[in-house]
Amino acid sequence: MAIKMHILVCGGTGCTASGSKEIIEELNKELTAHDLNDFAKVVVTGCFGFCERGPIVKIIPDNTFYTRVKPEDAKEIIEEHIIKGRKVQRLLYVAPDTNQSVSDSKHMEFYKKQVRIALRNCGFIDPENIDESIARDGYAALGKCLTEMTPEQVIDEIKKSGLRGRGGAGFPTGLKWEIASKSRVGEQKYVVCNADEGDPGAFMDRSLLEGDPHSILEAMAICGYCIGANHGLIYIRAEYPLAIHRLQVAIEQAEQYGLLGKDILGTGFDFTIELRYGAGAFVCGEETALIHSMEGKRGEPTFKPPFPAQSGYLEKPTNVNNVETYANIPVIINKGADWFNKIGTEKSKGTKVFALAGKINNVGLIEVPMGITLREIIYEIGGGIKGGKKFKAVQTGGPSGGCLTEKHLDTPIDYDSLVAAGSMMGSGGMIVMDEDDCMVAIAKFYLGFTVDESCGKCTPCRVGNKRLLEILTKITEGKGTMQDLEELKNLSNVIKDTALCGLGQTSPNPVLSTINNFWDEYVEHVTEKKCRAGQCKALKKYVIDPDKCKGCTACARACPVSAITGTVKNPHVIDQDKCIKCGTCYEKCKFGAISIK
Amino acid sequence: MDTIKLTIDNRTVEVPKGTTILKAAAQMGIKIPTLCNFELEGLALKNHPGGCRVCVVEVAGRRNLAPACITECMPDMVVKTNSLRAVNARRTVLELMLSDHPNDCLQCPKSGKCELQALAADMGIRDIPYKGEQSHYPITLSPSIVRDESKCIMCRRCEAVCHEYQTVGAIGAVDRGFPAVVSTAFGEDLIDTNCIFCGQCIAVCPVGALSEVDHTARILRDIANPDVKTCVQVAPAVRVALGEEFGMPAGSIVTGKIAAALKAIGFDYVFDTDWSADLTIMEEGTEFIQRIKAYLAGDKNVKIPLMTSCCPAWVNFYEKFYPELREYPSTAKSPQGMFGATVKSYFAEKIGVARENLVSVSVMPCVAKKYECEREELKVNGNPDVDYSITTRELARLIKICNIDFTTLPEAKFDSPLGESTGAAVIFGVTGGVMEAALRTAVEVLTGKTLPKIDFEEVRGLEGLREATVSVPGVADVKVAVAYGMKNARVIMEQIKAGNCPYHFVEVMACPGGCIDGAGQPYHHGDASIVKARYAAIYKADREMPLRKSHENPEIISIYKEFYGEPCSEKSHHLLHTHYFDKKIKFDIEK
Amino acid sequence: MDKIKNLAELRKMREGMQGKMSMRENSNSSEAIIQIKVGMATSGIASGAKETMNYLITEIDKRQIKALVMQVGDMGYCHAEPTVEVTIPGKDPVVFGNVNIARAQEIIDKYIVNGELIEGILPANYRSI
Repeated sequence: MAIKMHILVCGGTGCTASGSKEIIEELNKELTAHDLNDFAKVVVTGCFGFCERGPIVKIIPDNTFYTRVKPEDAKEIIEEHIIKGRKVQRLLYVAPDTNQSVSDSKHMEFYKKQVRIALRNCGFIDPENIDESIARDGYAALGKCLTEMTPEQVIDEIKKSGLRGRGGAGFPTGLKWEIASKSRVGEQKYVVCNADEGDPGAFMDRSLLEGDPHSILEAMAICGYCIGANHGLIYIRAEYPLAIHRLQVAIEQAEQYGLLGKDILGTGFDFTIELRYGAGAFVCGEETALIHSMEGKRGEPTFKPPFPAQSGYLEKPTNVNNVETYANIPVIINKGADWFNKIGTEKSKGTKVFALAGKINNVGLIEVPMGITLREIIYEIGGGIKGGKKFKAVQTGGPSGGCLTEKHLDTPIDYDSLVAAGSMMGSGGMIVMDEDDCMVAIAKFYLGFTVDESCGKCTPCRVGNKRLLEILTKITEGKGTMQDLEELKNLSNVIKDTALCGLGQTSPNPVLSTINNFWDEYVEHVTEKKCRAGQCKALKKYVIDPDKCKGCTACARACPVSAITGTVKNPHVIDQDKCIKCGTCYEKCKFGAISIK
Repeated sequence: MDTIKLTIDNRTVEVPKGTTILKAAAQMGIKIPTLCNFELEGLALKNHPGGCRVCVVEVAGRRNLAPACITECMPDMVVKTNSLRAVNARRTVLELMLSDHPNDCLQCPKSGKCELQALAADMGIRDIPYKGEQSHYPITLSPSIVRDESKCIMCRRCEAVCHEYQTVGAIGAVDRGFPAVVSTAFGEDLIDTNCIFCGQCIAVCPVGALSEVDHTARILRDIANPDVKTCVQVAPAVRVALGEEFGMPAGSIVTGKIAAALKAIGFDYVFDTDWSADLTIMEEGTEFIQRIKAYLAGDKNVKIPLMTSCCPAWVNFYEKFYPELREYPSTAKSPQGMFGATVKSYFAEKIGVARENLVSVSVMPCVAKKYECEREELKVNGNPDVDYSITTRELARLIKICNIDFTTLPEAKFDSPLGESTGAAVIFGVTGGVMEAALRTAVEVLTGKTLPKIDFEEVRGLEGLREATVSVPGVADVKVAVAYGMKNARVIMEQIKAGNCPYHFVEVMACPGGCIDGAGQPYHHGDASIVKARYAAIYKADREMPLRKSHENPEIISIYKEFYGEPCSEKSHHLLHTHYFDKKIKFDIEK
Repeated sequence: MDKIKNLAELRKMREGMQGKMSMRENSNSSEAIIQIKVGMATSGIASGAKETMNYLITEIDKRQIKALVMQVGDMGYCHAEPTVEVTIPGKDPVVFGNVNIARAQEIIDKYIVNGELIEGILPANYRSI
């Protein structure tokens, strides 16, 4: 009997962390117990993107999409769905707007507006099985390039596609390859894949590498063919063990098939790939810093020029692209630049993968065409704001980006419009904030990240960001002055103007964009010592109403720092200097005598 | 050559392609401030990280400001170095730097010589608006170098010198972000690292983060102590640099004034290291003659090339990096060492003072000499041959402390019997000098004929690695090499290791241009013309000496007669030669 | 594992692999292809739905018809098991009752291949989710 059903289980890091490994074991056990191994099979795939509701199990052919599956659900899935064909209703995704359960993933709002090019194989194939990749045109583009196209033709095709770098700045990929190809012809060159994803909350590259490693290897080989390199390096964070494992397996399989190594597909082209592990420094995502790190040097950026295409790894011409950029290459070759450049906006072609996070219903990984609006992403794909709260802002571009507000919701997203709005595309982090988020605290959070991750090479970033953070801290502690706000602005602008690398130059963006969009909130913190979101602890004040206080002493006994004094049956008082605003007294008071001011 | 036309501060200028904005502006008399940027032109020292950002200027059409030190001029570029935006940015960057600086200028060893201090003064900084956490690191000591990391501004000049020029890598940036600082790996003490104590890190440090161990107070105490006698020796390179500390032009030869100043300070005996430099030539030259003769006779065990061993940082280098090759360098002690050994034996005996009661001080252009003084093998029963060594800069301070007006001070002569010297000794102060001095003696000894021309121009110059062939009639064509900087020395060591070193005799110095730019010399702040003036002065002093060959020095001839017998005699082996150790740093990650 | 020697071999290999993946590929674009749902509740299985389904899958594969065979739960026609619902793109679903192997063959031959309706169509009384 032929296999008639495939049970796809997400084996990405997120779902693995919430137990998909055990689910796989249980499903296999149940299949064996019911003698169904020749009827259905379990396929471990990469990320489906709907991480909010993981672990995900998808049944093929009927596209049933089970969410938050537990190992103990395996029995029911097999016995009910596989054997009897009855969907397990309780595991189906319930659309928050209609309250109806959705069985076919195609009908989920989350997927409806997505266009999956880079993520085409994620959640679809078994990433550890090269055959499944080949079935999905894996290495066909490489074969086509090597056999039927000249490097110039491939570069032209990439240029024509309008593909721009997905790692941050959006430099045209074809042009980058062309520069590298014309640089020091005949010398040893290198192809580097930047998989040093470090934005808080971002996991685009990780999911891609976990779900579809072969398309990255293939694209790197294509790049090697174009620029005249026969060695590739993938710089990946050591904190991505699963992605590393999948890459190792993929490289090994590709070498066995002769799709990497010597004389690929009998064309005489050689290309090998090795992995280099990063220790997780954010700045090593900057290409010159990344190259220094790979060379065993301190991971810090150097001034450009020279660009890596002129002098990169080991001072040889080097092309660096990020994971997502590479993931688009095979599709462009297979389907043609004309197919690709119909997607997106005039200056930003194709799609972009975003890691949707924050106060949003559908946290996860999405791929959308350029030109989609923030509103569509947040309210349709993202399912709106959690708990029906009011949308306040969305941070794109990670710590280097800016906060966009209500007024930007209908802006079509592309590289240029985001910059014009005071943010940037970045690598694709997208964090949604609601009315409970204090924008000063948000700016402080991002700056704290930059301060931790600054390499320390240039003064504005090393000292300037530290001072910015100190000023922000002062403001959130209620000690800020209007002079501080002026300094915040000046310092941010100077850092932007003078820092050495992209990390430093963009680091004040969260401050500047929140100042621009939420100036009132800053002023409130300073003049009224008030945090409207109630997030700045130091600005909270717990007060006992002497009229309501019965003198039960419950609050005084509970206070961990003995800030409350008073005698039995007499009104108590909180010493504001001692109070650490933990809120314990507020919870303990049975008479509602304690209020927050 | 391709040239580029551009506009800087409303004036047009034409510069060769590849010129930085900084250099183009300098050519027009526009002085853009710098801190991390450093280059000792023609002397292999450079640092262009573009990190401090105090040189940012406005370039029309550019999104952000451009660092002038590393941004190349482009055709039709329009640069404003003094626009409000650029001035404000530079000022803010400087204020930021100062906000994380101890600002204890009055007590700082770099006070008055500090580039950060000068910049703050130039920019008229009166207040630092940014107040916040400051970096605090403990001050760490070593035999030669004091590190006060709290003052480090992360310009990385020291790191560039240590890694690229010396290929030592003892210090480098550690940690990241605000706590980032130049330090040793794992905070080890310098003595436990690969540091060779060349001190070039001090020479290039723009602030007081690196300085020499200061012995001036100790000298004053010893001079005031009635129970001891004090004697002092002065190295060749000091006499062409000390004047700078008193506003004299670079290259002023102040030999007589130094002798007078040291006497005025109160030293009982004022001698000259030049005397022992001549002695070194006698010993090392003889060793060379012995080795080359054996080598030419087919002795397979003889170590050729002979390498010089006067530079203490170089000695440290081969003990730490190439201990397996430590039989190649001459066993002759350095001139400082030979002087110390002679003064504490021959001279102490002569004046009837116990060696413990004779304090021997050296004035050196060097900080590695301080380390050399502490070497156990250069002590007798724990009493060092040279009690301590001070730098040219420390001597300047001492002169000032003692109220001596150096510029008007009448000249005096060094004391006898360890004060007479030749031109061969003076050129020890410059790269190639030891080689030339040795050749002046060795060739005459080998051929038995007086040299027709005393100047060995072929070994002179300021290139980091030079080679020459010196024809010794009737003996051989002697192939020699001269190197400064450990990067260049490494080339030769690797050749020896690989068995393809073509040289018979190699001179190595650690500092750029030799001792004239030793780490103890007055700060040049990257002005190579200062070093070049000292270079010229050394050869001028040589030319002006009545005697220019070490073996003609009457005081050398007499000490052999009176005390040592002959070069490389048993006595001289005992007192004037040394041996080297395996000091390879064994990196223990478990520690 | 042997190395793939050239592009033609890679393409051949891809075609071979695609068969194994076709189920997933087709499910991805299920609106565009013919969907055949077999009622596989207890009553259906008891009446031979499994055999019917196996036959359908084998035949569809054999004839290389772009169709998706999937099992569903009880369709509510216990009197006419096994029941099979066929949806041709652009048309309303049609449910056939009492589908044994012979009738399954008839459904393929006539309805699926030629679009001709045959006897035994059951009235639609539900919408599947």
